[in-house]
Amino acid sequence: MTDTLTPVLTDDWDAERSWTLATYESRGGYGALKKALTMPQDDIITAVKDSGLRGRGGAGFPTGMKWSFIPQDNPKPKYLVVNADESEPGTCKDIPLMMATPHTLVEGVIISSFAIRANHAFIYIRGEVLHVIRRVQAAVAEAYAAGHLGKNIHGSGYDLDVVVHAGAGAYICGEETALLEGLEGRRGQPRLRPPFPAVAGLYASPTVINNVESIASVPSIIANGADWFASMGTEKSKGYGIFSLSGHVERPGQYEAPLGITLRELIDLAGGMRHGHRLKFWTPGGSSTPLLTDEHLDVPLDFEAMAGVGTMLGTRAIQLFDETTCVVRAVLRWTEFYKHESCGKCTPCREGTWWLVQTLAALEQGQGSEGDLDLLLDQCENILGRSFCALGDGATSPISSSIQFFRDEYLAHLTGGGCPFDPAASTVWAPSLTKAGA
Amino acid sequence: MTQATTLTETTISELREIAGRYPEKRSGLLPMLHLVQSVQGRVTPEGIEICAEILDISAAEVSGVATFYTMYKRKPVGDYHVGVCTNTLCAVMGGDEIFARLKQHLDVGNDETTPEEQGKKSITLEHVECNAACDYAPVMMVNWEFMDNQTPDSAVAVVDDLRAGKEVRSTRGPRLCTWREAERVLAGFNDGLADEGPAAGPASLAGVEIAGERGWTAPVAQASGATGTEPETKEGAVAEADTSRAESETVQEKSQ
Repeated sequence: MTDTLTPVLTDDWDAERSWTLATYESRGGYGALKKALTMPQDDIITAVKDSGLRGRGGAGFPTGMKWSFIPQDNPKPKYLVVNADESEPGTCKDIPLMMATPHTLVEGVIISSFAIRANHAFIYIRGEVLHVIRRVQAAVAEAYAAGHLGKNIHGSGYDLDVVVHAGAGAYICGEETALLEGLEGRRGQPRLRPPFPAVAGLYASPTVINNVESIASVPSIIANGADWFASMGTEKSKGYGIFSLSGHVERPGQYEAPLGITLRELIDLAGGMRHGHRLKFWTPGGSSTPLLTDEHLDVPLDFEAMAGVGTMLGTRAIQLFDETTCVVRAVLRWTEFYKHESCGKCTPCREGTWWLVQTLAALEQGQGSEGDLDLLLDQCENILGRSFCALGDGATSPISSSIQFFRDEYLAHLTGGGCPFDPAASTVWAPSLTKAGA
Repeated sequence: MTQATTLTETTISELREIAGRYPEKRSGLLPMLHLVQSVQGRVTPEGIEICAEILDISAAEVSGVATFYTMYKRKPVGDYHVGVCTNTLCAVMGGDEIFARLKQHLDVGNDETTPEEQGKKSITLEHVECNAACDYAPVMMVNWEFMDNQTPDSAVAVVDDLRAGKEVRSTRGPRLCTWREAERVLAGFNDGLADEGPAAGPASLAGVEIAGERGWTAPVAQASGATGTEPETKEGAVAEADTSRAESETVQEKSQ
């Protein structure tokens, strides 16, 4: 029986000077690289496939399969690009990973690049996390000095250069083709697919784009074996993952567990909801994943079970809100975010998010009519599946799910002529309640 | 906040150096614009022209990029950039109140800078989107360094100290540098401060600590160290690879 929490990536975060090469190597770091360099490259890809690792950036696409899409007979250079543009609201796992143990990522980058025969890799980090960028820059420099990067790595004949690239503020660049545009020095607008990046990505060359946590998981798979990784998790959602708890819970933070853990278990570990309050709604994997409620405490947090209740596992960014929170306020704020971050390329998203904000803002102020809820759902229908990329789809998730679960609360804004909630009661510094359930 | 200086030869050669890091030089544009900001306090028309010249693209193309990304500023930024997260989670946890208090305290609106004052540092205030620190909500960023778990009072104390020129430390990072110095790091010129600050904040360690207390670990790998993935025969490997390729192509076709 696997333990409830299985720290692998987070295991060294409490080590003294964990971000340094010395600490990382003293705990076995770069051992997987040495092993990988002796393996046939296809065996590395097979190991990652057999492990069952699915992309940790939200979409859950099998990582090894993505790697195998790279046409090795294509004469162009191959590239690995790490998506470190962590910006999905609620998501806060890659940033602490790169701050605490950047070498885990760097080692993963080297092994992954070697497997797909890339001699150039890029780590695209959102620009708004200065100290994280410093730490990754320093780790890459240390790795070069130690011979883990550069020419003829450890006598293997394999060369790899890594560039740490800072973004400049654009949620859309978390979308992999928009990220490539940013990395090519352009406005970050998504590209039409096909061709997929595996065939024509960075500089129209075969490119693998993986999330930080996916790449950082690779060294453990190579070191311990695909079976070891697959021994954790559920049938189709294998391995461990970092679950990020935030909001009205006693102990927010990062909890690394096998996929399939339930929210009830996680809230228990986190000391329960804040004293005297109860769970009202939550996101399983960021604001782009439809909301769930306290009816869903026992649904396994894996790809299949989340899909089974109409949502997505996403980035395992669990934002928890208690009964003091107005769901309309929460959803309006997310919608304003999508409107702000819409890249403007396609009409359904550019115009649609604007209309969603108009309609929602009026409702939140108690204006409009019950028919506006249907109008909102109609607007969502015209965005979902009709946008150029997933940003538009994501914008509809909080709206349609909140109307599904909290229609009465929307109506209460209309009957009461405004928001019935006191925002002060939701704050961290709100006076604590003494009576449970009050 | 001083007047924009003209870009010197040193800066221009650094801009070229950035472009040279990439297989195709246009990839350098984002960090190059960060470097322009580090020298001139904003993206200037001069900076745009020079980037365009180095990259052999039009100034309009550079402008198009500079206006797309929110970290590039067309108006001069103060000595410190203070960003308050008002995305849903932080807003609900108190970010809205913090932002309102700072606007009032500094007497500026969103994306505005405090006026220059003798002996005082200037601050540009902005509300920002989710900055990937939700377990430390409400979060404030100063020059894109984390100021975790803020309250209206603590936020006011931070900006007062910054304005007075006192040393302020990030709650999960080093002593705060100026916004321009920060922009230089984003351009890829490390300032040697990577070793300052903790490895992780308390929330980042929540799970690791509980696992430690309860003796929970990931399963122990098999002692043999076998990967369990090496095919037994060459034929097996080929068959497996073929199957995988077929599978992958099927998936790719479906998704097209």
